[in-house]
Amino acid sequence: MALPKAKQDATEAFLAQVTLPEGAAWASAARKAALERLRDMGVPVRRDEYWRFTRPETLFERPAPEAEVFVADEEPVFGAIDRLKLVFVDGVFDAEASDDPAMDGVEITRLSQAAAADIHWARELYGVLEARSHADVPRPLAALNSATATDGVVIRVTGKPVRPISLIYLHGDRTSDAVLHHLVRVEPGAEVTLLENGPAAARFNKCIEVDVAEGASFNHVRAQGRDHERRAVTHMFARLAARSVYKSFTLTANGVLTRNEAIVEFTGDDAVAHVAGAAMGHGAFHHDDTVFVTHAAERCESRQVFKKVLRNGAVGVFQGKILVKSGAQKTDGYQISQALLLDDESEFSAKPELEIYADDVKCSHGSTTGAIDETALFYLRSRGVPRGEAQDLLVLAFLAEAIEEIEDPDIAADILSRLESWLARRRD
Amino acid sequence: MTVLDEQTDIRDGVDHETVAAVKSMAGKYKHGWETEIEMEYAPKGLNEDIVRLISEKNNEPEWMTEWRLGAFRRWVEMTEPDWAMVNYPAIDYQEQYYYAKPKSMQEKPKSLDEVDPKLLATYEKLGIPLKEQMILAGVEGADASPAEGRKVAVDAVFDSVSVGTTFQKELEQAGVIFCSISEAVQKHPELVKKYLGSVVPVSDNYFATLNSAVFSDGSFVYVPPGVRCPMELSTYFRINAENTGQFERTLIIADKGAYVSYLEGCTAPQRDTHQLHAAVVELVVLDDAEIKYSTVQNWYPGDENGKGGIYNFVTKRADCRGDRSKVMWTQVETGSAVTWKYPSCILRGDDSQGEFYSIAITNNCQQADTGTKMIHLGRNTRSRIVSKGISAGRAQNTYRGLVSMHRKATGSRNYTQCDSLLIGDQCGAHTVPYIEVKNTSSRVEHEATTSKVDDDQLFYCRSRGMDEEEAVALVVNGFCKEVLQALPMEFAMEAQQLVAISLEGSVG
Repeated sequence: MALPKAKQDATEAFLAQVTLPEGAAWASAARKAALERLRDMGVPVRRDEYWRFTRPETLFERPAPEAEVFVADEEPVFGAIDRLKLVFVDGVFDAEASDDPAMDGVEITRLSQAAAADIHWARELYGVLEARSHADVPRPLAALNSATATDGVVIRVTGKPVRPISLIYLHGDRTSDAVLHHLVRVEPGAEVTLLENGPAAARFNKCIEVDVAEGASFNHVRAQGRDHERRAVTHMFARLAARSVYKSFTLTANGVLTRNEAIVEFTGDDAVAHVAGAAMGHGAFHHDDTVFVTHAAERCESRQVFKKVLRNGAVGVFQGKILVKSGAQKTDGYQISQALLLDDESEFSAKPELEIYADDVKCSHGSTTGAIDETALFYLRSRGVPRGEAQDLLVLAFLAEAIEEIEDPDIAADILSRLESWLARRRD
Repeated sequence: MTVLDEQTDIRDGVDHETVAAVKSMAGKYKHGWETEIEMEYAPKGLNEDIVRLISEKNNEPEWMTEWRLGAFRRWVEMTEPDWAMVNYPAIDYQEQYYYAKPKSMQEKPKSLDEVDPKLLATYEKLGIPLKEQMILAGVEGADASPAEGRKVAVDAVFDSVSVGTTFQKELEQAGVIFCSISEAVQKHPELVKKYLGSVVPVSDNYFATLNSAVFSDGSFVYVPPGVRCPMELSTYFRINAENTGQFERTLIIADKGAYVSYLEGCTAPQRDTHQLHAAVVELVVLDDAEIKYSTVQNWYPGDENGKGGIYNFVTKRADCRGDRSKVMWTQVETGSAVTWKYPSCILRGDDSQGEFYSIAITNNCQQADTGTKMIHLGRNTRSRIVSKGISAGRAQNTYRGLVSMHRKATGSRNYTQCDSLLIGDQCGAHTVPYIEVKNTSSRVEHEATTSKVDDDQLFYCRSRGMDEEEAVALVVNGFCKEVLQALPMEFAMEAQQLVAISLEGSVG
């Protein structure tokens, strides 16, 4: 369908500023194709149904809005976890700060190297899941990422590496505008854990395409930093083969604007996907979780758990969809989105959707919004717990269901202690 | 039942289903017949002259004509909405008649005795006798039962005109005005002027704007302060003429402390071409007043292959202007090829209440995209949404709703439950709720489930000697119970039968 004139003009004006990175023939072709997809879809505008609750302009318009570099006075997250570290500073790989990428059961390359090679398996995945996803809803910022990503990591998991792979994104320049694209292929029966943390840049556009083969397992835990002014738009595309397992958890605190999209497609039977998120927003904070799960196989289980605690004008958004295609019988789909509003300044908007074309399924979604339960608060206070502490306890209890989705107990404990200290810091 | 006998012979699941559906379809839509009556049409197509003509036919004052023309000029600039999950071929708005009136209605009958007997017979056949007697509206043969009958005043609308309104005298004594909207424009212009378009603005949406330009008739109700309407009011809409759109307009005003219960029923003949129905209903509820609005929508749904049927594009909205006002929408949607309908409540007054109970049943090729909007503006406002969608055959059924809590709507409460039931693996059931909360003291809860008819429940019913279709009807009725209970008694009975009828042939 032809785009409206205004959108077409805005898109052409934007595309005129875009230059594609150099690479081998396949990489250049993939980038050009992605740019054409962007041209066809047009840049997102507020009037788009998919951007109903979040203003997209500052996520792509150039130049990127500046963001003050935030100096944390605490240990970075995952500090105590034994992991293989790969560090990016403002979107540029920092070899000095990174570990040697050699590890049993996994092959790690940089995207910039893979894209320069004439023959590399990455060509079979790069931009492929992103391109597939537009059939349901156009995701132009993901196409923009595939077209312009300057680097990333390309991971092929063949065994069960002992340490998690940890991507650390540091922010050092208040005008940085980073675009990274990662590829992960988990071969049959293999298992891997991917950790991500840090603000990355003043503005960060990131895509991960994850291809999980039969019986393989992919675990993902992400902590989006406490930087106040950074902006981020991220997409995680996952394709799940039979009996595979996909688990992803995201903790977000602060950031002026965050849009996290998760796009999961079941292509093989008996697979499992859990996507969870906990967000704590304070002040100028706009956080949007957009999830799209497609069941195109039988007996798969999907679970979405999203919790947001909002105060002092923070805005939370949840758009979640479960699409059950015809023939995807015995699907078990569950989705819950909840927000705790701590004051009258904060807002929460949700659009939890079900689209179902198979009859033998069990799908449900729930969404609740409200204040802290005064009765519970009163109970704790009557037991001698001070008001601030009592409120924190209830907030943690509220977030618990999402945190329980983290598989590894050490990582879960790390995330939990982080939440506790942030809450204590903000206590009145 | 014949369908069940076939089941043992034909084993191929899909084939059997088609065979059974075809067999049971014959004579299934019981209101599919047509009244042969001489009609007067306005020329085909839509332009300013047609709008003027409709206005002239209704003998309307200048301001009303201008109001319509203003709407028409806006409509020309608008584009048809495409966001609903329904597909239908483009409608050619110039291929429709916008006005059709039985010739015998040339001179408006002064009383029901003067109405063309053919018309009276039509309503008699539909089970809506336009005689002032103790009746139970809507239920076939119920008027024979001597049990405590209740009075129901009926306004009967046939294509573009109101045929007659019963019990007008008695209502007048209570101070209630119940007449066709064309009559209200003549007799109570001050009320019409004040409230028409005040809930659904002229340019609200494509179909509402079209309606504002060409609406021909509909019902008007005004209940004065403190009056509890002595009987239930009802309007029965019948589309009869071919290629004719029906554009009725209903306006109900419940003044301070008033109460009224209003029922609405609709049917149309069985035809191969699609017909357009774009109605607008506006409810105005002042302090402490209450309106109960119930609909049983049973327009012709088209045949099993989606041929024919009504396009039902309706805008219904209630404005709870007064404090402690209350609105209750109840709808049973079983007919229409395509439904696009979102009865809404604007909860403006403090402590006002909105409720929405809906059963939407789609079978064969029917498509329904329906739901509600609850817009909380006043303090301590409450709303409750219970929606049951049932999809069978190759039908698509979507719940689409909005719950919005504005910053000043402190202490407000919403509870939403939408459940979908799928019968067969060719159909779809979808839920698209929007939730927007802007204050902390309000609570919003939303729950939705989708499931299939429970095999255990079916087995239990069958082991008690029911055949499969009866068992499904019983389980489905149980699934819908919460909504059926909210209906006035007369409708509840008809609705229960409808639930069973419209699912006939869907078990396979």
